[in-house]
Amino acid sequence: MGYIVESLRQIFGARPTKPEPHQVKVAVKDIYARKRQTKVTRQHLEVLHEAHEGRNRWRIRRWITLVVVNLLFVVSYRFDVQLVEGALTASRVVGFHFADLNSALQVMLAYKHVVLNLVIGTSTVLVLWWLLGGRTFCSWVCPYHLLAEWVEPIHLWLAKKRFIRNHSFHRGVRGVFWVLFAVLALVTGYTVFETISPTGILSRALIYGPGVALGWVALLLLFEIFVSRRAWCRYVCPIGLTYAIVGVFSPLRVQYDVHECKHEGDCRAVCMVPHVLDITIRGRAIDEQTDITADCTRCGRCVEVCPTHSLTFKVKGLDRLL
Amino acid sequence: MNDQKPKRRSGRMPTTAKRRAQTRREFLRTGALAVGVTALSLTGMVPVLSGSAARLRPPGAIKDRLDEHEFLAACIKCGQCVQVCPVEAIKLSDLDEGFGVGVPYIAPRDQACDFSCDGLQCVLACPTGALTHHLDFPADARMGFARLARPKACLAVQGKGFEGQARGPDFKGILRYSEVDRWHPIPVADHPYDLEICDLCVRQCPIEQRIAQCAAEAREAPRNEARVARKIGHECPPKHAITLEPAPDGRGRKPTLHEGCVGCGVCEMICPAEGGAAIVVDIDRDADHLEA
Repeated sequence: MGYIVESLRQIFGARPTKPEPHQVKVAVKDIYARKRQTKVTRQHLEVLHEAHEGRNRWRIRRWITLVVVNLLFVVSYRFDVQLVEGALTASRVVGFHFADLNSALQVMLAYKHVVLNLVIGTSTVLVLWWLLGGRTFCSWVCPYHLLAEWVEPIHLWLAKKRFIRNHSFHRGVRGVFWVLFAVLALVTGYTVFETISPTGILSRALIYGPGVALGWVALLLLFEIFVSRRAWCRYVCPIGLTYAIVGVFSPLRVQYDVHECKHEGDCRAVCMVPHVLDITIRGRAIDEQTDITADCTRCGRCVEVCPTHSLTFKVKGLDRLL
Repeated sequence: MNDQKPKRRSGRMPTTAKRRAQTRREFLRTGALAVGVTALSLTGMVPVLSGSAARLRPPGAIKDRLDEHEFLAACIKCGQCVQVCPVEAIKLSDLDEGFGVGVPYIAPRDQACDFSCDGLQCVLACPTGALTHHLDFPADARMGFARLARPKACLAVQGKGFEGQARGPDFKGILRYSEVDRWHPIPVADHPYDLEICDLCVRQCPIEQRIAQCAAEAREAPRNEARVARKIGHECPPKHAITLEPAPDGRGRKPTLHEGCVGCGVCEMICPAEGGAAIVVDIDRDADHLEA
């Protein structure tokens, strides 16, 4: 229950809950007390970092997956293999209907009529991403995520050199956008969000050829480089929010273990949604193990950069099952 | 370290003036972002309402005569209809068409829908019913209605014949020529004509071709009785689409449209008249709504 409530709070923009001292388990208090006795020095961290290997192991797997999934669409059409027909908004995977949850929702609200194929496609995708972790779609499939990830270092470099300043927004605005686009679809009868969705635009551009719509995607990327880090995914995209809600109930999560954590913040520095990792700040954990909330895209960046392996992928209930 | 005694915050209000100013600025920025992105997304309304996004749509596209609001609403912009079309007649609109971005259209002069698939593959592929399943055969489609827009340019009206490639050697469009290959469309450029009087719009009309096939099958009815009897719905088009009628001046002949025309655009594509097609498809009319 606590996980669900905390996940939903964070998804809709609330700050992660800070525990009251009496909520923190004794064992965890002991761990914190023990950590205070041995001060973490810069030298100590450098040694850890040097010994740490595979800082890109998840990223490589993820990029390959993302490229392969998107190429499957392209190859299926170009070479008429009919493996994955359509685009990311809706497709047929070896004949089975798939429909992106947010695109399907937009169509349902705008058209106010649902055909059976769409029900089948939406349910299939719902089950798929429930199993795979919800926002896993964002980091493992969405082509815009990959482009944004590639231009992110430019933003970080410019900010580090103080050429620009990162402008943050209130994360709650994504929930506002979600409601706004749902209401707009319902009221205007047009799938308004699809018009500006970089996910749909990029997917179609890859499969059916480029167009002026790519200019909009370029503008978004420029905004993320010069104004606000990862702004679209963090503050706007309703697709991400839809999948985040699916992820609330997903068994696939990243788990934080407080024992060896140095609280140095490597994970939060690389994270696209760092609020989910506030738990790694000293004093925030209640239990020895905590599941990272559902706004997490399961990209694995924190898992691979953590020098103490305090963050790991977990499938809830799998241990019991085995 | 200060986390030994976590400070109690009074509510969520930031404590210092600087923090308060930061929060206020972030709030204003966030408001600007919300307004900006929403306003930008709504500019997609302009091409739709101004009518500049109106296009010839694939068969079965749900629309009223003048309004394709429902079609734009129901389309999930996936392009599965594009992928199944054997003559690749269907294209997807770009962002300059606003809410119509990613929605399928047909540019008939470049490549018309010639119903090579017979079974309306695009309709079957559509996952949302934007291309409605309420039609079974080409004759049921109501895409538009053809019109002899420039009679003076029409070779038949001038009483002229036509020899050669209908659209020149460089034309990329393809058509199904049943007498050449029933299953594989070939380039129009590979199929030159030699006609005493130009009747390409009638000759290549998919509806007229189907009517001729049905007539031929009916003539052999005694042998194929069971098969002919099995035909259902409008598998054989009930009405003619286009014929050549004697022109009033008695010299040439005039392409004349009938209620069987579904607006597929093959006549517009094949028309060899100089300076563009003499016959075009109107998208704001169809066989059920003939007054413009």
